[in-house]
Formats: sequence, structure tokens, C-alpha cells
Amino acid sequence: MSLLQSYAMRLRRKRHRVRAFRKHFSLKPVVDRTRKIRPGDILLFSTMRDEFVRLPFFLQYYRNLGVSHFLIVDNDSTDGGREFMADQEDVSIWTTKASYKGSKFGVDWLNWLQRKYGHGHWTLVVDPDELFIYPFCDTRPIRALTDWLDTSQVKSFGAMLLDMYPKGRIDDVRYLPGQDPLEVAGWFDPGNYVIQKNRQYGNLWIQGGPRSRVFFADRPKKAPALNKTPLVRWDKRYTYISSTHTLLPRGLNLTYDEWGGEKASGILLHAKFLNTFTAKAEEELRRGQHYAGSVEYKSYAEKFQDSPDLWCKWSEKYINWRQLEILGLMSKGNWA
Amino acid sequence: MSVGIIMLVHTAFDRAEQVARHWAASGCPLVIHADRNVPNATYRKFVNALSDLDQVEFARRHRCEWGTWGLVAATQEASEIMLQSFPDVRHVYLASGSCLPLRPVQELIDYLAERPQTDFIESATTADVPWTIGGLDHERFTLRFPFSWRRNRKLFDRYVRLQRKIGYKRRIPNGIVPHMGSQWWCLTRQTLSAILTDPERATYDSYFKRVWIPDESYFQTLARLYSRQIESRSLTLSKFDYQGKPHIFYDDHLQLLRRSDCFVARKIWPFANRLYNAFLTDAAGAMKRTEPNPGKIDRIFAKAVERRTRGRPGLLMQSRFPVEGRENGLTCAQYSVFEGFSDLFENFEPWLAKVTGTRVHGHLFAPERAEFSDGQTVMNGALSDSAKLRDYNPQAFLASLIWNTRGERQCFQVGPRDHIEKIEWSLAKDQNAQISVISGAWAVPLFKSNMNFADIRQEAALLQQVESKHLDVLRSQWGKARVRIWTMAEFIEAPMEPLQTIIDEIGKQSVHGLAEVPKMADLTGFGQFLQNLKNQGMHPYLMGDFPVEHRLHEPQGQTRKPYLVR
Repeated sequence: MSLLQSYAMRLRRKRHRVRAFRKHFSLKPVVDRTRKIRPGDILLFSTMRDEFVRLPFFLQYYRNLGVSHFLIVDNDSTDGGREFMADQEDVSIWTTKASYKGSKFGVDWLNWLQRKYGHGHWTLVVDPDELFIYPFCDTRPIRALTDWLDTSQVKSFGAMLLDMYPKGRIDDVRYLPGQDPLEVAGWFDPGNYVIQKNRQYGNLWIQGGPRSRVFFADRPKKAPALNKTPLVRWDKRYTYISSTHTLLPRGLNLTYDEWGGEKASGILLHAKFLNTFTAKAEEELRRGQHYAGSVEYKSYAEKFQDSPDLWCKWSEKYINWRQLEILGLMSKGNWA
Repeated sequence: MSVGIIMLVHTAFDRAEQVARHWAASGCPLVIHADRNVPNATYRKFVNALSDLDQVEFARRHRCEWGTWGLVAATQEASEIMLQSFPDVRHVYLASGSCLPLRPVQELIDYLAERPQTDFIESATTADVPWTIGGLDHERFTLRFPFSWRRNRKLFDRYVRLQRKIGYKRRIPNGIVPHMGSQWWCLTRQTLSAILTDPERATYDSYFKRVWIPDESYFQTLARLYSRQIESRSLTLSKFDYQGKPHIFYDDHLQLLRRSDCFVARKIWPFANRLYNAFLTDAAGAMKRTEPNPGKIDRIFAKAVERRTRGRPGLLMQSRFPVEGRENGLTCAQYSVFEGFSDLFENFEPWLAKVTGTRVHGHLFAPERAEFSDGQTVMNGALSDSAKLRDYNPQAFLASLIWNTRGERQCFQVGPRDHIEKIEWSLAKDQNAQISVISGAWAVPLFKSNMNFADIRQEAALLQQVESKHLDVLRSQWGKARVRIWTMAEFIEAPMEPLQTIIDEIGKQSVHGLAEVPKMADLTGFGQFLQNLKNQGMHPYLMGDFPVEHRLHEPQGQTRKPYLVR
């Protein structure tokens, strides 16, 4: 990479920081409890829109892992989710009616909050439908992981998105508040992922899974990206570029080993395909607030009309992180 | 007589205090050294917290950065205090704040009392140790290291290279022989005081101050000068990863630690409540000495290092994506590729499956779809048969297929009609591939087809071109696959011999050789067919020489007896 290119990257990073600054004016605090944040706390950042049904389990799951404070941007929810979150003692919440698309799908808002509150903390950026899995997550809190990353002098931790789906029609079983979404959508594709290296940013571009297999079989290039780097020891100079797929400076994207070894990595279980999905897809299609002209939601709408079943004979039922490790979807690396 | 503990602390003071009390409760005097980098307030709080214990002293604080002299200086001063203030002490045990005694302290005291003259210090010459970091073993004693390895890696490396280039070498004083080993030792008063009061100590100190990572070599080297009896091992269980940082123990290691027979373990995660509760509060449950098994811990950590440095061969995933040449195997298991066989034999695939017990697919890279075995549309791992998905990244497709079916050998067909341009190099370069080719066999389906001859001629020319290029790839000097190529003419002369060889290599042959043979297509008139192609101006050559007369090439079975291998 030449000096010129490096400089271009620097400018790009700065531009994103300026964007974040510009867009932050649309954020209105609902409840700000950020004074409670202590040095060393692990912070979770998320955007949400009409996700009330998922929130009780979401909070419970991440509290169990040892997240100390939740910083949430509410994009104009109307289902009571905002009020619910505002009542939680470990949540700070901002709300905005501004365009999701216009904020780079929430990236600008969260970049701003992370810059303001995340500096020096380990920050976890996940959506309400994503459950973070890492090696030993059933016996060690997330703090054990971040302490280990600290001693290893690693600043970012990768976790691939793993789409979970139910067996049968996705609208067959109703998901109830507080319920573990994996009880409803407990299946995943174990081995059909494709990886390319993104030369520009150095991160891996991963596609595949049920969305690729069912919705994008005839145009695989358009299939959604599954690579994510949700856990970062944040510095106010850092910035996410597109969702949590890509970061700047580029060194943060190197969550993989190129010399044959395995680095430690995790998984984001993506419980997107619940019974709530059909309604959500229709609404998202109407709003047109998603990536690439919401092409994803268009194909969902088409496909789900005739056969709304993602399950196949070779789908695997989720058991625990060790299963994902053995399947080669994530790795313990040299953490033992 | 008792055991004195020197404790080096830099974080997790509440845990250090807890462990200090544990040592003190068994009558062990302590000298504690806290890193200078610790804020004064924290330090004072820590000192106050321990003020009720009378057998605890605090040493002057040094700045202890990894791999620097500060750690040695701190240890030296603490040792002096220990030897002066506690004349009863016979053994001095060097521990850290994140060490955890696994066995009752009294057992350690008894153990050392039985071995009053023994020094427990891991100490090996540089030639014999594999654990050096940064590729420096003997050179750490002969070069200078003014730059921090952690913070200024580039400068560090460059300066080392410069010194190598100009042939700079430090002299090792008084002919001492450098030894290295774990920094956690247990020395007798005799040995330790001899090291500290050595008339040459100033010389050694000024020499070791410039050695890299002196805490792993200062005492380890000098103990060799004075010790009467060295046990070259550390009583502290401490495992290091490939970067030389210690592995950390967590709650889920409780059973492993219980079953190790070590006195002290390092390093413990400060929030591992279960470990601290189990080993510090409950003396009875601390360590059952019944089934000592430190080997299991060794294996777990050795595996972790292996996974981090070499990984699982043939796996491509989010945190393992090797650059070309570093894959350590493009795929994870052996597989067989057959080219031309299913053209020449009518029932080749079912026959192969029956004889070898492997999974036999059709043309996985066929233009229409991936022809999985038994006509499946989805395979292990939810791998789709969609041609578009497959062609989007054929390497990933192949690697996934072989990875997903670990434990079951895969066989598949390839031919010049398939989409092979993007995958042929990967096949040729994969040491796990066993590729068997009957060149020119693609002409058989054309020969049997009902197409117009002009179309046949065109198709034949195209296929021959593709296969010819493909064979060049397979024969390339970069190839690692086991490739066997026969011309069709060659093959049908004696088909059983090559078949037997291939099946043997797959390794699941029946004891009696090949009981059943695949049925070869009827080639009556094939020679004439080739001649017709020639007459039309096309030159079919990949199939070898077929005379126009078909007499020689009647279907086999009537000709030779199968070749049998016992």
C-alpha cells in the first residue's frame, strides 16, 4: 500500500468521523445514564426499530455475558420498545426520526456514540437479533475474553454472522417476549460459506448460508456479507465504515491469520427469521431504508410467497459453541 | 526451618492479598514487590491491607517492564530482605501475585524440607531450548537490545540485523555458560546468598542488564555456579503460548488443576472465583493427590499453540484464510478425481461406489448443476448444487465439500465439458487429489450420440482443445496431485491393471481383488468414427492410436483375465 493510498484511507476515516458528527444532531437523548459507566466496563451499542418483542431476552443474554451498559439508538420505534428500554437501569437511549439509510444504516449514529462514550472501553456492536458467541462463552464471561485480548495486544475480535432459521415455515411458531429465539429458530447452514479478501480494507468478505442458498442462488455476488467485527477496544479515532463489516484504520480488520494458523473468533447467531420477519420484510420493503435498494428484502418477499422454508436435510441444529468450533465456523485460536 | 515467598505483584491486588494471606497462614514469611508503575494510592491501600500480618516485608519498588532488568533487580532486593529479615528461611520461592497454590502449603514445606540442598530452577543451555521468542537464543547473550521488543518491534529487529551484519558480539564475562529457563524458581539460602554476595556480582549485573529477557537467564545461569544440586524444573506450573506469554487459567480448568500434581499454578485470571475459592478456602478439597496428571494440561496448551500456528488443514474460515502457498493443504482429506472413466464405462459410478465404499459423485463441475451422488440437490454442510453458486467460488466449493464430508472419501468425475478453467489449477496443486485421466474418452459419448456429424466434429475439436490445455495443467511442474494419465487406446489394452492400482490407492480394496468389473461401452466402429473425424479435417489425437479395424478393441472381458492383486 503506497503512501498516497494510506493517506486516502486516512481522509476516508476522517470523513466518516465528520459524518458522525453531523448526524449526531438528530439524536435526542431519552434517558442518559452514561455517568454510571466505570473505566474498564464493557459497553454494548445497538440501533433498533420496533424490536420490542426481542428486547427482554436480548438484555438478559448480554447482561449474563457481563455487559455493563447498553447504549441504544432508537430509530422511531412505535411498539413501546423505547419506553421499555428507558426503564432499564443499565441502558442509555437516544431516539431519532432521521433516515436510517441517511445515517449509513445506523453506522454514523453509533460511531458518534462510540467516539463519545466508548473510548478506552471494549465495545460490542450488535443488532437486537444478534447473539454473540465466543469460545468458552458458557463458562467464561466476556471480560475473560477481553482481558485475554488485552494481554495478547489484540484490539479487535471477529465474529461471523450465522443465519438461524426454524424448521418449517417461518411463520409457523410464534416467538414470545423473553423467549430464547434459538428455541424457535435453532437451525443453521454448517458448511457452504465462501470467502474473498477485500484488498482495499484488508478484511474478509464472507457470503453464503441460507440466504445465499435460497434467495441468491442465481446471483451469488449480491448475497449479503456475513463477516463482522463486533468487538473492538475502541479508540476515538476508530470508525466503522459499513455496518460492522469494515473498520478503519485497516489493521482492525485483520481478525484472521494468513500463514495457516487460526486466530480466535466468534459467531453472531442471527435470529432474523422468526415469525415477525414477514411483516418486518414487508415494512422494510415499503420504507426502502436498507442496503442496495433493499434488494435483499425484495428477494425475501418473492421467495417467501411460494416456499417460506429455509430448512434442508443438511441443516444443523445449534447445540453450543464447541459444535461451531468443530464445524470450523469459529475457532479457539490459542486461547485454551 | 521454613519457606520464604517472594511475591512480584503488578495487578489484581485483592487477589494478591488473598494469596499472601494464604501463604502467611501457613507460616511462610513474605517479601512483596510491587511494580513502580502501580499508582501510589493503590499501593498504599495494598500495604495497609496487609499491615496486620507481621511476617510480611515490602521491597523498594522498581519499574518492571516485560523482558527488562527491573524484574531481576526487584528479585535481588527482595531476596536480600528475605535472607536478612528471616534467618529461619531455608528455601526461597519466587512467585507472582497471580500465582495460586494448588496443594496445601504445608505439603510444599514438607517437600522442600525433605530436599534441603536442592535448588528447583529450570535451567538449560541455549542450544537445548525450543521456546525462544523472536528467533533469538544464543544471540540474546551476545547482542545489545536498547529498543523495546513490544513497543518498537521494527527498530528492535533492525538493530539486531545491523549487529549481525557487522558481526558485533558482546563478550560473556568470566566464561559463564548462559542458561535459560522459567523465571519462577525456588532456591536454597546457600545458593541464593552465594549469587547475591558474589564478589563478581557487579560484573554479572552490568552484563545481564543488557541481555534480553534477563529474568529468564540471570538466576538460571548463576545458580549453575553455586548450586550443589539442581533440579532443572520449576515447581510452578506455567505454560506459555507461541508468543511467550503465559496461558491463563479460568474456572473451567478447575478439574485439570486438581489433577495436576503441581504446587503452584500461574497465571490465574483474577476473576476466576471458583478457582480461588476451591484452592484457597477449602484445604481439604484443594488437591487430591490421588491421580496426578499434569500431562493433560500440557496437551491442551500444546494443542492451542498448534491450532494458532498451523491450524486445521483444508479449513477456510473467518479467522483462517491463508495466502497462497501457506494453506498446509488446500483440502482436508484425500479424494479421487476421475476423468473419462464414466464415458468409457457404462456403469462406472455405481461400480466404483460398490467396490470402494466411497461417496461417488457425477460431474461436480458440470455446466447445469453440481451432480451430487444419488441425485441430491443439497449435500453435507447444506452445500447447494446450484451451478451459479458453485462457479462463484469453485475453490471454496471444493474445500467445503471435502471439509463437510470428513471421514468419508469423495470421488467425482471431471471432463472437458465441465466448468474446469477456474478449478483445474487448484486440483493439480492439491496434494490430496488423486487424479486419473483417460484422455480422449470424451469422444465415446459423441460416437454414441445422435448428433449431426458436422456438430460432432465441432464439439470434438472444442473438447480436445479444452482437454489438451487441461492435461498441460495436470503435468505442470507446480502440480502436487498424484496424476495418472492414459490415452484411451493405452487404457483399453489392459483396463484392469490401472483400475486395480487406483482402487488399491483408495485403500478399501476387498481381499480378493476386483471381483466385479465395470462394463465398458461397445466400441465397435470407434476406430472408423475417429477416421471419419480425420477425414473431415479434424485431428483427434488425445485418445491415442486406434486402427480403423476394430478387431483389437472388442469389449474387454473376452480378452484378458483381470489382473489380480493379493
